[in-house]
Amino acid sequence: MQALTFEQLTKTYKNGVQALKGIDLAVEEGDFFALLGPNGAGKTTAIGIVTSLVNKTSGKVRVFGHDIDTELAVAKSCIGLVPQEINFNQFETVTTILLNQAGFYGIPRQLAAQRLEKYLTALQLWEKRNAVSRTLSGGMKRRLMIARALMHEPRLLILDEPTAGVDIEVRRTMWTFMRDINAAGTTIILTTHYLEEAENLCRHVAIIDKGRIIENDRMSRVLRKLQTEVFVFNLRNPISAPPVLPGYAVSMPDDHSLEIEVSKDQSLNDIFSRLSASGMEVLSMRNKTNRLEELFMRLVNQKEAAHG
Amino acid sequence: MDNAVDRSSLAAAVKEPALLKTNIVGFNTIVIREFSRIIRIWGQTIVPPAITATLYFIIFGSLIGGRIGDMGGYTYIQYIAPGLIMMSVITNSYGNVVSSFFGAKFGKHIEELLVSPLPSWLIVAGYVVGGMVRGIIVGGVVTAITLIFTHMKIHSITVVLSAVLLSSIVFALAGMINAIFAKNFDQISFIPTFVLTPLTYLGGVFYTIKLLPGWAQGISHGNPILYMVNAFRYGFLGVSDVNVGLAYTIMIGAAVVLYIACVWLLHRGVGTRE
Repeated sequence: MQALTFEQLTKTYKNGVQALKGIDLAVEEGDFFALLGPNGAGKTTAIGIVTSLVNKTSGKVRVFGHDIDTELAVAKSCIGLVPQEINFNQFETVTTILLNQAGFYGIPRQLAAQRLEKYLTALQLWEKRNAVSRTLSGGMKRRLMIARALMHEPRLLILDEPTAGVDIEVRRTMWTFMRDINAAGTTIILTTHYLEEAENLCRHVAIIDKGRIIENDRMSRVLRKLQTEVFVFNLRNPISAPPVLPGYAVSMPDDHSLEIEVSKDQSLNDIFSRLSASGMEVLSMRNKTNRLEELFMRLVNQKEAAHG
Repeated sequence: MDNAVDRSSLAAAVKEPALLKTNIVGFNTIVIREFSRIIRIWGQTIVPPAITATLYFIIFGSLIGGRIGDMGGYTYIQYIAPGLIMMSVITNSYGNVVSSFFGAKFGKHIEELLVSPLPSWLIVAGYVVGGMVRGIIVGGVVTAITLIFTHMKIHSITVVLSAVLLSSIVFALAGMINAIFAKNFDQISFIPTFVLTPLTYLGGVFYTIKLLPGWAQGISHGNPILYMVNAFRYGFLGVSDVNVGLAYTIMIGAAVVLYIACVWLLHRGVGTRE
């Protein structure tokens, strides 16, 4: 079953801006799906339409088969939203926010209290349950929004930049938590500017740019489309000039490292052999940029070039 | 395979919560949240109208009222008491919804309700009951203060209760419409300051319109608050400047029209959705 489908979805704002230009999308139940795109590409508009915070101009949206035009309440009850901006009442306590949220979805108070403990504990916020929400740190506020979105145990969880401004330790805790939620059967749609996050977590990816979907496939297949990658080699000993490696573009950002562009049909073994032959010892190696980021930039730039 | 699909569909259907239950729990949640807010900020919601009412009774009732003499067959303080209670009910029902709903818009936590499965008619009803609760609490406090200054007889408890409920509904709905359209805090204080307060003061709270010249009486009959104040006063004292049946027609009509307008505006996303 498909958790979410868009059919020719369009949105034109009152100021004439066409945020969505007829997009089609299908997210399978149980998937961990990345919806990526530059700022202003239409991601938040699309999410806004699904959650009824934005009125669509035309097209169809179905959530687990429920058309939002005819079965809005049922469709909404399937969705949990973690929005980009903090949007809880900053004067209420953590507990009040979560119990109210449960109430808006018809969850009785006793069951809500059980879930509150379950999710606050899992997200390491239990100690803060009586704190007024404005006193929480940025990372805690983000986790509170995740806990809030889970109070009615939605079948589809939409996370719009859930880890923005969160330190790496908390971010990794949140990744583990999201993986567990997904493994338990919840379909997750994630938008993020941390493409490493999308690559690590998501099985499918759609890239949206200027209101159109320009890529939509399995993450592994999308990444295979990357024709070249740039690797950074850290060297044990300093060098005065970059080595000459025929067939490779080599640059030397500093005297202890090399950047080498490797295409799909070239082999890293070959590079290691040649560096060894030149007397260079490699201590470590990494991608210069995240692979998805690389592909993302190329796709977006290609599209811009195509549109002149 | 077909069986698997059927089982999956059945499981999905079972997981969808019963919408009626959702609506009942959701409505209770909105009302309890509004009530908690009123109590949490009691220094802003309950104390100021109590102080204002006390000052009115001291100045207009005790100090000046004694020199004014009887009005409508009652002492001046007895005559203005129902109007002052109704004035506090009206302003607090309005003020609660306008501040709470606009605050939720401003802080974006209105989105909690907008993304929930609760229908627009129920969200409006929840906020209106919240406004009524504050209006009635403050009305009760002002009534208690009234009893310190004078004794009150009740001509018809049914009229007293129905007039206060209908008036609080009407002004809670009016406050919601103000909040829906408001884009900043100035716009939520504009209507109370420049429309609601003048209409209240000119709505027969402090005087019988029979004291006014004919043309002013005619204009006063266009003021809806005149009908609410007089219906309420009739419930206490048995006297009214207007036909009580007409007052009920206006209150019920206004409540129905404003409720439909509120639901339509919220459903269309005016002021709340892009």
